[in-house]
Amino acid sequence: MKFRFACLALAWAISAAPALAEDAIKIGFIDPLSGGGASIGEIGLKTYQYLADEASVSGGLLGRKVEIVGLDNKTNPQESLIQAQKAADQGIRIITQGNGSSVAAALSGWVTKYNDRNPGKEVIYLNYAAVDPVLTNDKCSYWHFRWDANSDIKMAALTNFMKGKPNIKKVYLINQDYSFGQAVRTTARSMLKEKRPDIEIVGDELHPLLKITDFAPYVAKIKASGADTVITGNWGQDIALLLKAAADAGLQTDWYTYYAGGAGGPTGIKQTGLAHRVFAIVEGFPNSAPEAAQKWEAAFRAKTGVGLFYPRAVNEMRMLAMAVNQAKSADPKAIAAQLEGMKTEGFDGGEIFMRKEDHQLFQDMYIGSFGPLDPGAKFDEEGTGWGWKLAGVIKAKDTILPTTCKMERP
Amino acid sequence: MSARLGSLMPWLALALLFIVTPQILSSATALTMTSLMGVMIIFALSYNMLLGQTGLLSFGHAVYFGLGGFVAIHTMNAVIHSKLPVSIPMIPLVGGLAGLAFGALFGLVSTRRAGIVFSMISLGLGELVSSSSFILRSFFGGEEGVTTNRAKLAPFFGHRFGSQLEVYYLIAAWCFFCVAAMYALTQTPFGRMCNAVRENPERVEFVGYSPRVLRLIAFCFAAFFAGVAGALGAISFEIMNAQQLGSQQSSLVLLMAYIGGVGSFAGPIVGAVIITFLQITLSDVTNAWQLYFGLMFIGAVLYAPDGVVGWLRMHLRVVRRGAAWRLAPAYALVAPALALAGVGAIMTIELANRQLAQARSEGSAMRLFGLDVDASTAWPWIVAVGLFVLGASGVRLLWPRVGEAWGDVNARLQIRSGA
Amino acid sequence: MLQLITFSALNGVLYGMLLFMMASGLTLIFSMMGVLNFAHASFYMLGAYFGFEISRRIGFWPGLVLAPLLVGAVGALVERYGLRRVHRLGHVSELLFTFGLAFVIEEMVQMVWGKLPVDYRGPPSLDFVAFRLFDTTYPAYRMFMLSVAVAMFVVLLALLTRTRVGLIIQAALTHPDMVAMLGHNVPRIFMLVFGAGAALAGLAGVIAGPALVTQPAMATLLGPILFVVIVVGGLGSLTGAFVASLLIGLLQTFAVAMNFSLAEVFGPTAPPFLDDLWRVTIAQLAPVMPYILLVLVLIVRPTGLMGTRES
Repeated sequence: MKFRFACLALAWAISAAPALAEDAIKIGFIDPLSGGGASIGEIGLKTYQYLADEASVSGGLLGRKVEIVGLDNKTNPQESLIQAQKAADQGIRIITQGNGSSVAAALSGWVTKYNDRNPGKEVIYLNYAAVDPVLTNDKCSYWHFRWDANSDIKMAALTNFMKGKPNIKKVYLINQDYSFGQAVRTTARSMLKEKRPDIEIVGDELHPLLKITDFAPYVAKIKASGADTVITGNWGQDIALLLKAAADAGLQTDWYTYYAGGAGGPTGIKQTGLAHRVFAIVEGFPNSAPEAAQKWEAAFRAKTGVGLFYPRAVNEMRMLAMAVNQAKSADPKAIAAQLEGMKTEGFDGGEIFMRKEDHQLFQDMYIGSFGPLDPGAKFDEEGTGWGWKLAGVIKAKDTILPTTCKMERP
Repeated sequence: MSARLGSLMPWLALALLFIVTPQILSSATALTMTSLMGVMIIFALSYNMLLGQTGLLSFGHAVYFGLGGFVAIHTMNAVIHSKLPVSIPMIPLVGGLAGLAFGALFGLVSTRRAGIVFSMISLGLGELVSSSSFILRSFFGGEEGVTTNRAKLAPFFGHRFGSQLEVYYLIAAWCFFCVAAMYALTQTPFGRMCNAVRENPERVEFVGYSPRVLRLIAFCFAAFFAGVAGALGAISFEIMNAQQLGSQQSSLVLLMAYIGGVGSFAGPIVGAVIITFLQITLSDVTNAWQLYFGLMFIGAVLYAPDGVVGWLRMHLRVVRRGAAWRLAPAYALVAPALALAGVGAIMTIELANRQLAQARSEGSAMRLFGLDVDASTAWPWIVAVGLFVLGASGVRLLWPRVGEAWGDVNARLQIRSGA
Repeated sequence: MLQLITFSALNGVLYGMLLFMMASGLTLIFSMMGVLNFAHASFYMLGAYFGFEISRRIGFWPGLVLAPLLVGAVGALVERYGLRRVHRLGHVSELLFTFGLAFVIEEMVQMVWGKLPVDYRGPPSLDFVAFRLFDTTYPAYRMFMLSVAVAMFVVLLALLTRTRVGLIIQAALTHPDMVAMLGHNVPRIFMLVFGAGAALAGLAGVIAGPALVTQPAMATLLGPILFVVIVVGGLGSLTGAFVASLLIGLLQTFAVAMNFSLAEVFGPTAPPFLDDLWRVTIAQLAPVMPYILLVLVLIVRPTGLMGTRES
């Protein structure tokens, strides 16, 4: 009895899934939309919705509108697979995701197996922020494309920048104890050794992910080591708390970070008062962007109320549109064939290209420092009055790294 | 003879249900969801062997689910690698044995005491294992976890288990077997002694049993079935990662068992189905689904400590005796008030969620029960809170009638059974 | 080295005292009511958020007084209208009630204050360097936290040993039935103790909020450690909770400072299958330390370090 009721409820819920409008091209956005990770996921969703509206208003793809379907994965790999399955059932054949390499690895594996087992119904996976190098190396997939520079590429760019900074003598590494933090730490060691053998690595710390409430003990250790520069891949509360503890203890070092610009990061840096001591590496800063991108950013901010945290999302959607238009088809097979090796002008300038061997995008990388806005600079972050100031550019060709990917093409 | 047939009926019905479900719900999502339900049914039942039957409140049961899954997935990869003639249906047994092994090991430490001490050790062990998953990288696969491809194992009578339908039937078969086995276990003298350990360990000792040994055995059984569930989960998703053995998963299974009802065997089954269904679908409807989960749990603790099944059983008893009509008038009075209060509460939560959490970025306009409203204006709030207050005070006012009706029914039933 | 030891000790004592501020309330509640309050860390979080809200409207100092009182009121209400109802169903139901409550409080906090950390700052009057030792500064705010924690400890001690209320509470710890028979209103004492325990946690939240980050996950981060503290110290023992708080505070802080791994002690080649374990440093294990301690203590001494009762 109760089983039958449950089944009926189930059947009802599934049939009540929103009916499809045949004409729109749907993109499944799989990221956390509830719980702790949602603050980041919602920014991503907003960005993609803005981009989809933009594409739809200007004629759409092949005359079809573009629509983003938000799917909440709760940052859980298993849940992501259910959501991806849900998307595939609704006829969504393009999915995009960014938060969490664990989710990305799960999705990439799922897409490969799904396409293998369901020929004719292929799904393509566009990754906009998961940076684990393994996704375009040992675990690469033909159906996975990545627009963010992976963590090795970022480190290559960062160390290229540090090469020209003679005042860096003693470096301390502090990272979260999981695959990404480990990758940052090992590449930092090997690349610094190669590019600046004179730099001494005075500390190499791994701390548990998102579990530390007080970084004072770690900062005491950094202080005791006499480091003048800290490199960290920390994100979320781990970067905010680390900087806070450092400011409290009066630690005077430069910070080279991956994610100081992430949601909540700028507020945290402003609080510590570390003006222009915190550097971040990204694919573009609004204040140094070309004229067109600045205009775009202003319109985006006016509409959504947040800064464009993912310039790569713009690149992703523009390249997707190009692929669809060139192939004259929205079929993932055709899209994938077009995206491979695609070259175009990047949102923040410079030529960007999708490397055919591993489906990794290469683009100019920018290093900026965070502090009070220079006169003439237009964009601050999170209403702090502080903004990013360009410190250096690394050309795309200087970030190219070899890959171990052995792509299996269908 | 007919009594035996009668006791077999539920099992036949269950088997039939397992067989026909994919015919009714054939979409891939529904299959994935029903597969997950099968896994969770085993997991929740294994949890209830501890909580409901032996009186052990564990906060770290997911450890055995996860470890079983990890061992299973490593076994699958090893089988693929060395091309052994092992096929998928055997894998859950491996997971179960792994669960059993870890259960015996950790059980030795944790089942020496019952009560709070047991709960705290289970919490500590749970944190310990989930923290070490980032340290023991080669086993737990770090953040990405360990993946596999189930279709690459040796075929089982021609089946490669590539499709979700085949996996569904595999899970259904294992689920049926496990449910039957766990039910049989409750009927054995051992199962009865577990109940005795829950009720009064001292007397158990007087009868000549060691409560400690009984607790340990129950713990091992529970860990075994949790391991089977973990392995089935690993087969279904083809990935295992550290989240599967963390505190969230442990809380989830507690929620399932409790909402369904820990006092009856069927309780956790119903709880697993309901919670899995809500977990997957509720997030499509509202962002505040976790709040609803929490409120639902508190509501169950406060008003339905016997869970959904306990509630149903209570009524079934009355219906069987033909006394349901005596309750009907009181229920008919309370039901509208209850519904009003529920609708009011949901509206208030949704309005609050919109206005507080989303208005800044997405605007305060929203759709609520099919109506377009603006959460920044006063009217929707007045209506929502008004409905809630009206409904809640209605319930408060009318509830004594339900109590009276129940008192009446119980008295009559007692008289009748006494006569 | 000396610098590292000094600051590790300072940080460890501070962290330990912070833990004790919460653990003391939790222990009191547990030993009097038999309820293991899973929502205790949530009251700590509420304290921080209330403090934040008040400080941005009136100022930090009023918040220091008002926020704990508010949290205490919330706690008393929870006891009166929630816990007391489930009391008849037994301790497991009470525990599960607080377990659900912790979820709900976290969700509500996320709804009201958002999912990102809020900008909660200490008072400008405490925004200076307390002292400078070996070229490392120690902020005045941390000294303030330490002194509040110590003051609270002293007051609590005096209250329990020197006053009539304290005597009743102490009596209720061990002989609740007897106390009730002597004519004391035990339900009201329960409500007051629960409220007071919540207020203490709230106070810890108000002063810890600006130093650590005020964010929705702060309760889940500290919650399990609190249980470790009171179980390791011995359920129902305030002295035990004090010792365990300091022990865990120092243990975790000093562990962070150490870089030893098995590889350094026994050479870089690990026995088969132990490769990962070989490279783990003690610093990496720091957050796991409390749990290792918990399991070890409970194996050797199920009553905890200073406890006399088991459940």
